[in-house]
Amino acid sequence: MDFHQLWTIVSTPDNIPIVLLLFVVPFYTWYGLRQAFANDRLIAQLEADPALAKTHHRKTQPYKSGWAKEVHVWPYLLRIEFLAAIIVTVILLVWSITLNAPLEEPANPTLTMNPAKAPWYFLGLQEMLVYFDPWIAGVVMPSLIIVGLMVIPYIDANPLGSGYYTFKQRKFAIWTFIFGFIILWVSMIVIGTLIRGPGWMWFWPGTTWDHNRLIFEVNRDLPDIFGIKGRVSKILFGAVVVGIYFVLAWMGLHKVITGQEVRAGGRTLLKARPFNKKIYSRMSLLQYAVMQVFLILMLALPVKMLLRHLFRIKYVWVTPWFNV
Amino acid sequence: MADIEGKNGSPASTGTPAGGAGNGNGKGKLTALIEDSKAVRDRALEELQALKQPEKTDLWKSVLRVKHDETPRSRALGVLSNVFLHLHPAKINRDAVAYNYTWGMGGMTFYVYITLVFTGALLMFYYHPSKVVAFRDILYLEHDVPFGKLLRNMHRWGAHLMVIMVEVHMFRVYLTGSYKKPREFNWVVGVLLLVLTLLLSFTGYLLPDDQLGFWAVTVGTNMARATPLLGHDGPFGPQLGMTPFNDVRFGLLGGSIVDANALLRAYIWHCVAIPIIASAFMVVHFWRVRKDGGISGPSPVMLESEIKEPRKI
Repeated sequence: MDFHQLWTIVSTPDNIPIVLLLFVVPFYTWYGLRQAFANDRLIAQLEADPALAKTHHRKTQPYKSGWAKEVHVWPYLLRIEFLAAIIVTVILLVWSITLNAPLEEPANPTLTMNPAKAPWYFLGLQEMLVYFDPWIAGVVMPSLIIVGLMVIPYIDANPLGSGYYTFKQRKFAIWTFIFGFIILWVSMIVIGTLIRGPGWMWFWPGTTWDHNRLIFEVNRDLPDIFGIKGRVSKILFGAVVVGIYFVLAWMGLHKVITGQEVRAGGRTLLKARPFNKKIYSRMSLLQYAVMQVFLILMLALPVKMLLRHLFRIKYVWVTPWFNV
Repeated sequence: MADIEGKNGSPASTGTPAGGAGNGNGKGKLTALIEDSKAVRDRALEELQALKQPEKTDLWKSVLRVKHDETPRSRALGVLSNVFLHLHPAKINRDAVAYNYTWGMGGMTFYVYITLVFTGALLMFYYHPSKVVAFRDILYLEHDVPFGKLLRNMHRWGAHLMVIMVEVHMFRVYLTGSYKKPREFNWVVGVLLLVLTLLLSFTGYLLPDDQLGFWAVTVGTNMARATPLLGHDGPFGPQLGMTPFNDVRFGLLGGSIVDANALLRAYIWHCVAIPIIASAFMVVHFWRVRKDGGISGPSPVMLESEIKEPRKI
């Protein structure tokens, strides 16, 4: 264990936000899900007892029948906002007094930083550069993330869970976001910040950043593994493989979206979910198609990561103009 | 002030015996003068007493207009008649003020943004977006400007804090399903604000003109050269005649490398263009929150059996 190296990475001023993120994101995930589960228990109780459902106030917040439904903004909200402003100011001041913003040497185009890292919030994209060419990782994927986020309200056909925390009523939606936000976005940022060292090589936390370390590139293209030589046949082969991925992912995701039971080798991998089927029946064809496309493209990232890490595959689809 | 005219309603000049100046009765004059000054003293004391209730004064009323008391009317008017508070409704759902629902992230993001505008404007006094002096300006700020280091630190960490808060805010909005009808479009505005926040942070990264910013922006903008069709390294870019001197990256940097023009462009985007655009979107964002009925909850839970049949197109 090289604790000095570990400390250098963790205490780099610009890495502090990521260290903060390591605590903030799990905390709020827990904080939100805790309320979701509390609401789920209430929902289960109300579903079991229709008479209670008619009279219940249907919240987990404290409640007394005599209480006024509304309170005055002044002072009940404004004092909170005022307090929040003071607390944020204090945090920011203390942080700014104790920790200095980084300032390196003057910019020097002839002296490359190693590793040269983007700001931390873009490190997920930079980490993607390992698995995809820049045009995918740097341009297509960010655009897809932005557009994909924007279409969420328009493809979510589930009318439940509007304005309260719940897990039971929105399992698919919540899993998708946790997968996209925490597993892909945040953990890629954490990898890019804390684990990637000189030459963008993988250094486990606690190992020394060795600037002379060499890694022999053993990555191969998929067509080469199958001994495909010609340019045209490589293009066709890649197109077929990518096409097969799309079809398989589509079929698999269709099973999840429609809540079908998935069995493999006599074991149930996914339980049947009639609720998903119900929501599916509310979706228009366009909503369904858009959702599928974005989910398939999102899944392509972990699939490519696995291909790289397990099978050392660089490209799947090799063409003279672009590689995937 | 409350009562410039005395309690008895007589104006100041009537007390002076102006007419009796020529009749030579010195004693009478003196008595009248003492009487007068006593009257003035009494009035001054009276007015000082009135200052114990400053909210009764005309000055106070002209500024604040609304009485500061606990009547519902005054509380409502206090919010509604104030330009800074008028985006709030007069009353809100009692559960909506619970911290555990909103986590306060949206409001705190806005507050951090204001802090950043404030510290940023102060930093602009000391910074020239020129390759010659930019780095020296930062050194000057850090070592010579009073509280300059604190100012820069607050701006830097505030920016990081804002990015984190925006992401956590988004997470909360998703978990509570707050993007659902009728708030769909406000989510879209929110996504644009997320992008603008990231762009603000990114353009600011280059401004110190140090190795960190230089290489981060080099790495970042190198992706732009790979833009399909529009970048000289991207798919089908060369076929469309893209070179390092006319592609989208050239447009971003004002050159083929990160240099003086890139610094100036980053400065203008960072200090002028994006803050204006982001502010405009924020106005829309907050306005729509209000118009869509305030924050989304905590609303009563809905049961599966209560789902209505969807409206067929």
